[in-house]
Amino acid sequence: MAPPGGWGTSVSDTDEPIAGAMEHVAHQPAGGAVDGLVGVLQRLCTAAAGALSASGAGVSVMAEGGARGIAAASDPASARIEELQFIVGEGPCIDAFALRRPVLVPDLTDGVTHRWPAYAPAAHDEGVRAVFAFPLQVGAARLGVLDVFRARAGPLSGAELRLAFTFTDLAVRTILDGQDLAVEGAAAGGLDEAIEHSAELFQAQGMVMVQLGVSLAEALVRIRAHTYAQNRRLGDVARDIVARRLRLDPDDS
Amino acid sequence: MTSISAQRLAKVFVEVADTLVDEFDLLDFLHMLTDRTANLVGASTVGLLLADQRGRLQFMAASDENTMLLELFQVQNEEGPCLDAYHTARPVINADLRQAAARWPRFAPRAAAAGFRAVHAFPLRLRQEVIGALNVFGAEVGGGFDDGDVQIIQALADIAAIGLLQERAISRGEVLTEQLQGALNSRIVIEQAKGAMAQARGISVDEAFTIIRGHARRTNQRLSDVAHTIVTDPAALTTITSP
Repeated sequence: MAPPGGWGTSVSDTDEPIAGAMEHVAHQPAGGAVDGLVGVLQRLCTAAAGALSASGAGVSVMAEGGARGIAAASDPASARIEELQFIVGEGPCIDAFALRRPVLVPDLTDGVTHRWPAYAPAAHDEGVRAVFAFPLQVGAARLGVLDVFRARAGPLSGAELRLAFTFTDLAVRTILDGQDLAVEGAAAGGLDEAIEHSAELFQAQGMVMVQLGVSLAEALVRIRAHTYAQNRRLGDVARDIVARRLRLDPDDS
Repeated sequence: MTSISAQRLAKVFVEVADTLVDEFDLLDFLHMLTDRTANLVGASTVGLLLADQRGRLQFMAASDENTMLLELFQVQNEEGPCLDAYHTARPVINADLRQAAARWPRFAPRAAAAGFRAVHAFPLRLRQEVIGALNVFGAEVGGGFDDGDVQIIQALADIAAIGLLQERAISRGEVLTEQLQGALNSRIVIEQAKGAMAQARGISVDEAFTIIRGHARRTNQRLSDVAHTIVTDPAALTTITSP
């Protein structure tokens, strides 16, 4: 894998959105008392909120059944709104996770009270006028949701939507790679973006899942960890797995 | 190529209309459309690509699917008739693949090696925007599409684009984004399921796809639902059988 250094010169045009988002995250102050994965996700939320003219953003990591794991937010108010959904058991984040697609609500007052009778008024009371929820997923591997909150009603522009998807990709990589690799791993992956959308990579994920008898999400983690450890490219590793030239070691996690 | 029969065309339009009032699944709809287009124009293979949020063309559905074809669709992210149709909003008609190596140095030799001689691409237009392309491959050159054929296929491509707006709130651009992202992710699930089935049975991913698609057809389920079951419920890998 190419060294992650020097995004400005080594990143191709198509990767610029990722590089831009990475820079937003890099410019956030380190999360103070909060270290590790939560700290990185918190910086990501702050960067996303800033870049998307939002009042705040939150990430909830979720188990396959929908139970909430670790969470991070750009600020205490966003953390409350994020948590609210899990208390009342409804909201855009929960729907995005269940439906496996974004739930974009440009106007929280516009006929959505019947959709979320408890969540919508409560979020409104917190000053939220628009919510955009993006599932963090790779096919059937579901990791959680990124929520973006805005204090004014109105849709995300095309450019903002593209940026939001870039932050979503970044959050997925951060969660998969864990705290150690969060920044360098994601940066290196940014050079590989076209490969990350190849059919072979997704096929390899399914194969490793069955071969190792692990969940699909765990299979993704194993493939990425192997790629970093061997200093190879994700696309090459995937090709070798699909061609059955490579079997991942069950103990190599 | 002979002109398209009016009766068969009418049947396809009725079928499309029928799909649109039914419970709607974007991937199933696009697959049906590629299938019928292939039959209608006597093409070897018809595929459909949609632009994702970053403007990259992503493979969504095809009348036939295997590793070689997937590569042919995937490479058109960088070059090829679909990228041209997407960028210019104009169809690419009757391109002779043996004469196209200079125009598409990566795409043309691969398409020729896959046994195709001619290729066409039609922009998927939605209002003022181009959102993807319909890709038609032929095994023969000569007797290419005439103006009438081109208009009919373009009409089918336009229907595909309208199908994307099937969910009720047509005025909401958000719905299109939500639906497209959902379908893009379902496409990924299908690839993951191919890999899981291939590994479980010790077969190729192409053979795995044949089994998964056959099972979906026999049990009258959506391809994406069967695929999802395969990667989330390990027991499904043993219960799904070949005919």
